[in-house]
Order: sequence, then structure tokens, then C-alpha cells
Amino acid sequence: MPHSQAKPPKVTVRDLNFYYGKFHALKNINLEIPEKQVTAFIGPSGCGKSTLLRTFNRMYQLYPGQEAKGEILMDGANILDKKQDLNILRAKMGMVFQKPTPFPMSIFDNVAFGVKLYDSLSRRELAERVEWALRKAALWDEVKDKLGQGGTSLSGGQQQRLCIARSIAVKPEVVLLDEPASALDPISTARIEELIFELKEDYTIAIVTHNMQQAARVSDYTAYMYLGELIEFGDTDTIFTTPKQKATEDYITGKFG
Amino acid sequence: MLSIYTRRRIINFFNLTASMLAMAFGLFWLAWILFTLVQKGLGGISIALFTQMTPPPGSAGGLLNAIAGSAVMATLATLIGTPIGIMAGTYLAEFGQRGWLAPTTRFINDILLSAPSIVIGLFIYTVYVAKVGHFSGWAGILALSLIVIPVVVRTTEDMLRLVPDSLREAAAALGAPQWKVVTLVTWRASKAGMVTGVLLAVARISGETAPLLFTALNNQFWSADMNKPMANLPVVIFQFAMSPYEDWQKLAWAGALLITIGVLGLNIAARIMFRKNSSLN
Repeated sequence: MPHSQAKPPKVTVRDLNFYYGKFHALKNINLEIPEKQVTAFIGPSGCGKSTLLRTFNRMYQLYPGQEAKGEILMDGANILDKKQDLNILRAKMGMVFQKPTPFPMSIFDNVAFGVKLYDSLSRRELAERVEWALRKAALWDEVKDKLGQGGTSLSGGQQQRLCIARSIAVKPEVVLLDEPASALDPISTARIEELIFELKEDYTIAIVTHNMQQAARVSDYTAYMYLGELIEFGDTDTIFTTPKQKATEDYITGKFG
Repeated sequence: MLSIYTRRRIINFFNLTASMLAMAFGLFWLAWILFTLVQKGLGGISIALFTQMTPPPGSAGGLLNAIAGSAVMATLATLIGTPIGIMAGTYLAEFGQRGWLAPTTRFINDILLSAPSIVIGLFIYTVYVAKVGHFSGWAGILALSLIVIPVVVRTTEDMLRLVPDSLREAAAALGAPQWKVVTLVTWRASKAGMVTGVLLAVARISGETAPLLFTALNNQFWSADMNKPMANLPVVIFQFAMSPYEDWQKLAWAGALLITIGVLGLNIAARIMFRKNSSLN
């Protein structure tokens, strides 16, 4: 079984606490996210799973009054450190959001946007990178003849794959997926799930999902969260078959939440 | 006893009728104004209007100097006011979440926005015209740009606030520094709205008379010297319309029609321009 080999942690969370103003949203989170594996975060609405994901790329810093305390180590360095360059961190931690967010520009420019920020490529290299990313996101065949069209002209599922292509075009090390399929139809969802499976060859993936079947299907490790606390974390098979905590079992079997 | 459904239909009918009547009432006056304007102004439109200077009473002439003066002053005032307005509006919407500076600026800008334009004319008169000792085109431009700025600040901020935060987050998540998020993503997303704001400002200053009375004043003759008093349509319309001479009054109506057509044309042009680009939005 692939789960038996212990992978080195890519991201280590230590004693993490998070506050929305006075509201204590994450309580003493300790966790290790293994490299090149898919880690799923499940739990009822408002349990803090998205909040946790948003601390990994310090997205919360866009808003005043939100604060994280503790340590999040990526490759040994604390990314919550004030000295950590925010933009470089975010280039390493790609993120895809719940709702597709294509930029108001062409499909090509959408994918090239992030690449141009950190690499100075020739026109040809840029075109190659865009194609590479669109192929990785399984969108190339559908858009190769209309790269100049606006990104918003695509369907919802295509837009979401465009957003995934945009994230991986930057060649991040970690990809954070915040309920990437919750606004999509079942077919688009299936495609995104296949994609996640392929992406873990190269990337460390953290996914927040409402959908427990999805977590069971795509992830190697699962974290169950409730009211800002990490209740249980382990290999997905174990969590879904023989959870140690009663609360996890109740949630997974649908008795609660 | 009426059923709930019938009652709703009656209420719906009543409210819909009231809304339609309110709309018809508003449109009626607008149509009347436009009709009068065309009726009285159309007779004055001729080649001479665009080729000859404003005449003394009793002789033939046109509005060339006033048209040119208005065009120059409105253009320069827009060129000065727009960058300042857009940058200030962008600061308010994108950078000013923390601290007291943005709320204070917003408050003062709102006051400026609703300040009577004559006050702005008097202000420029006091700080500029009175100091240099004569009316001038530059003074008119300064007064007009002071009117442009608050309009553009307000519309820019409002339009940028319509851009969903998720778009900003998506750009920031790629590692884009904030100024790139703003210039490459949020500006682009609200481009149409921001240009509409600028056009609104242009429309507003095209018809302003009060701030020009104390600044650019007027000029009977052709003048390209911005340091001299400068002819402009609103003040010419004001003077000619108040005069007892019939030929002057006719020119005033023609000038009023010209301003209206100009502003209308600008708006239509902008709409067509954005319809073409809408595939990218």
C-alpha cells in the first residue's frame, strides 16, 4: 500500500492559533502535511478548515484584524515569520478557490499572468509554459483554438480548470484547493478529481472539502476538524474505516454534521 | 374574500403602474427639454457657427472661439483631473482599509463633490486670478479640474468596490504584489465603470458656467493664449441668452444644442467601444 511508506512532511504546523479579531477560530493545531500526497480537510461548515488553508499562504493578511500565532514550517522555515516574503511564499503555495475566478483577460493571459511575475521567458517559452499548464489541467484540447478569447467565456468547470492551470503554471511546490469542486456539476467534479490524482505526482496537495466521498476518493491523509480544533488526523483509510475518535466516526457515518 | 394570489396580482398591477407613471413623468420633462433644445437650436446650426467668431450684436457670426475654448479647457481639465481622481479613488478602495486617512479623504471628497461649482470658481478666483491680476484659460482649467477630481474619485472607488474580493485573492495567491493586483486585475475588471466615471465628469464640466465666470471669463476673439481670458460655450450661452438681441439668443440656443450633442456623442461612443471589448470582460 502506498500509505505505508512514511513521506517526509512538506508543511509542519505547530501550535497554530488563529483569530478573526477576538474570535478564536483555530485552536492549537498541530499537523504534518506529507510531501507529494493529497491531504484532505473535512468537517462541518465553520470548523476552520478553510481558515487553516488560508494561513498556509497567509491569505488572511489581506484583511485587517486577522492574525495567526504559532509556527507553520515549510522545508524548515517558518512562513509566519515577518521576514518571510509574502509574494514569494504565495508563488510557492498555489491556491484554487471555491468559485472559479478567471481574470478579465484572455485565456492565454490568465495562465501567463502568474508566470510573468517571476520568470522572464521569451515569447516561445511562455507559450510553451502556458500549453504545459493547460495540458496538466486537462483543458488544452478544449481551448487550444481560442486562447485569445476571454477567460469568462468558458463554462464553470472549464473556468475552474483554467484556475488550476493558472496556479500550476507558476510551478508552485504546494497546491491548496479550497473546495475546488463544490460549485461544479458531477462531470466537472470527476475531472477535477482525476486531475488531483495526477497532480500529486509533482505537488503536495491540501484540499478542503465538504464532500466526504470526495475526501475518501482523492486523499491519502485526512484531517477532521470541528469548532476550530483538529480532532483527528491520519491516513485516509484509517480515518474512514477505523477512526479513533467517536466524534470523527459520528461525522463520517453521517450521525452528525 | 380575495385569495392571496388575486391580492398579489392586484398589488403587483398597482405597483407596476405606479412605477411606469413615475418613469413617464421623468421622461416627459426630459423629452420636453430635448425637444425645445432641438427646436430652438437647430435653426442656428450652420457652417458659420463652426467657422466664425462670436459676433457683436447685429452682425453675423458663429461660435468657433467658444467651441475651441470649451474643447481645450474641458480636455485639459480632464487630463489633469482624471489621473489624480483615479489614483485617489484607487487608494480609497484598495489601500486605505486601515487608519484614519481614507475615511477622512472620503468625507472631504464627498463635500467637494456636492460643493456648488460657483464656490470652486470663487476659490480659484481668490487663489489664482486675484494673485496674477487677470482672468485666464489656465484659471478656467484649474476650476474645471477641481470639479473633475471628486467625481472621478467617487466613481473610481465605487467601481473598484464592485470587483469581488475573490478576484483580488486569486491574483494575490499567485504571488502578485498589490500594485500589480490593482493595475492588472482590478482596474481591468472595472475599466468600463471607471471610464463611465470620467465621461460623467466630462459631461459635468462641459456645461458648467459658474466656475468659468470667475476664472476664464470670456473672449470675443480667437485666442490660443492660455494666459488670457478664454471664450467658452457655457459663458457665451449665459451672456447671449440673457441679452436682448435676437441673433445672440439664437446663437445661445445653438451652443446649448452643441454641448448636448457633444456629451451625448461621447457617451454613445464609449458604449460602442465597450461593447466591442466586452468579450474580454
